[in-house]
Amino acid sequence: MKPAFSVIFLTTLIGAGQGLFLALFTHQSYSLFGLLPMQSDAFYGYGSVLALMFLIGGLISSVFHLGRPERAWRSATQWRTSWLSREVIALPAFMGITLLYAVVHLAGMRPEVITLPSGLVIDLSVVVGTVGTLLAFTLFVCTAMIYACLRFLREWHSPLTVINYILMGGASGFTLAAFYAALSAPTEARFFGGWAIIITVLALAGRIASLVRNARLRPTSTLQTAIGVKHPYITQRTQGSMGGSFNTREFFHGKTDAFLKQIKPTFLFLAFLLPLALLSVSQSSAGLLGFAFVLQLSGLMVERWFFFAQANHPQNLYYQTIG
Amino acid sequence: MTQLALVIDLNVCVGCHACVTSCKEWNTSGSAGPLCDENPYGADPTGTFFNRVQTFEIGHFPNSETLHFPKSCLHCEDPPCVPVCPTGASYKRKEDGIVLVDYDKCIGCKYCTWACPYGAREFDEKAKVMKKCTLCVDRIYDMSLAEIDRKPSCVKACPTSARLFGDIHDPESVVSKAIREDGGYALMPEWGTHPSNHYLPRRKTHLKIHKDELERADNPLKVEGHLPKPGKDESSMDDVSAW
Repeated sequence: MKPAFSVIFLTTLIGAGQGLFLALFTHQSYSLFGLLPMQSDAFYGYGSVLALMFLIGGLISSVFHLGRPERAWRSATQWRTSWLSREVIALPAFMGITLLYAVVHLAGMRPEVITLPSGLVIDLSVVVGTVGTLLAFTLFVCTAMIYACLRFLREWHSPLTVINYILMGGASGFTLAAFYAALSAPTEARFFGGWAIIITVLALAGRIASLVRNARLRPTSTLQTAIGVKHPYITQRTQGSMGGSFNTREFFHGKTDAFLKQIKPTFLFLAFLLPLALLSVSQSSAGLLGFAFVLQLSGLMVERWFFFAQANHPQNLYYQTIG
Repeated sequence: MTQLALVIDLNVCVGCHACVTSCKEWNTSGSAGPLCDENPYGADPTGTFFNRVQTFEIGHFPNSETLHFPKSCLHCEDPPCVPVCPTGASYKRKEDGIVLVDYDKCIGCKYCTWACPYGAREFDEKAKVMKKCTLCVDRIYDMSLAEIDRKPSCVKACPTSARLFGDIHDPESVVSKAIREDGGYALMPEWGTHPSNHYLPRRKTHLKIHKDELERADNPLKVEGHLPKPGKDESSMDDVSAW
């Protein structure tokens, strides 16, 4: 497939935004049970605003993927069958909750909703945060299922796709949270940094598992089944056009195999190994944590490029030779 | 239930591209607007087509065979491109099984092309919507045309009648008979899309002549005594020579 930069930015940016929101609410939940010192409303509020910025960035970038963005509202209608439609609903819903979470904290609107028998006070921000957590995971699943549900694209058609989208988004979000905390609540950077290391390690394991899986895949469709001729030697002589077509532009990444081979270690280092090293070295230096986040996010963008480029669409069998 | 479809006889197709040009001409002139072309006379011409003829070489020269392979939307009975569409622009008609795109609803996200294993859909770079074969839906029901003309443009154009059109759910239709009796098959059956369009394979006609048929065995007039008896290598004529 040809990697589209609009989709690369969309999936990586909203992943970081979702991860940051999850990080903030994880911290609030820990604090609720007294495991961590509760931070000021401003910490959670402005953190949520930062998450919203990433979500807005992703949304803006996704618009560039559409031929007719003025009709984009129609894409919310087929949620019964289409994962893309479900994502179109889940993304604004999650953005709304992120905004609400920020507003609830920044405006101090935290009325008590219920007091648990143990004496734990559940206020509005906890309710909003819980709904937001569910929506963040829903959005991860919707985004990943857009790719994982296409059974012809066997590199994507695996539960690992969903797991990795959640883990990679979570990793970048927790690294961002560590950087944010280093700036605004330095004592808490350690908590986020620790989780960032754990999730990044899990994401690395998941990504390597999917790389191993994809390396062992054998194509289901062959030229023989594509044209229905049972002969071991079939060569395409013409594909019906001299100057290429939509089919040659959309489904081929246009890079050499050697380039693809170089990209793989590049993103493994940028998105996983280097951030892991930086996170292990320092859990308090805002500069290093910020650098780790920038490396990880750009590494995930390279990873997403590879994710698209590696998928080999069966229609390519019909477009081997221009002549 | 009706399922309109094409059956393409690869044994007859000569790869002349008449179906391609005829399809383009009809579908670029209709009320749905043109099928865009870019640099049509330039170095790198490209454009949107519903139908392409591809050519494959089977085997190694000199024991090779050329196969011309027309490819358009197969109007699958279980079309994977339809459920993924987020806007409902892609749909399969209940009444005749044609898979269509509503150009006024399509947002041009191209997701349907990812979900089609055959590469049957092509994005129109000027209209910014997805386009595909309509089985000439604006032609086959047009009562102002003579009945013989109510067929897809490609079918009408084919000079060798390699393209058949009809309802594959009607067992007596010309397409059902062709599929049943001439070995019609579907493309990439492994994905379970159940394409409606079928292809008829290349077939070789062998004439079997037994040795005794090379020599005249009968002699209805029993007149060999009166006729010349040339050598077996020489030419002879019926009823004129004794052989």
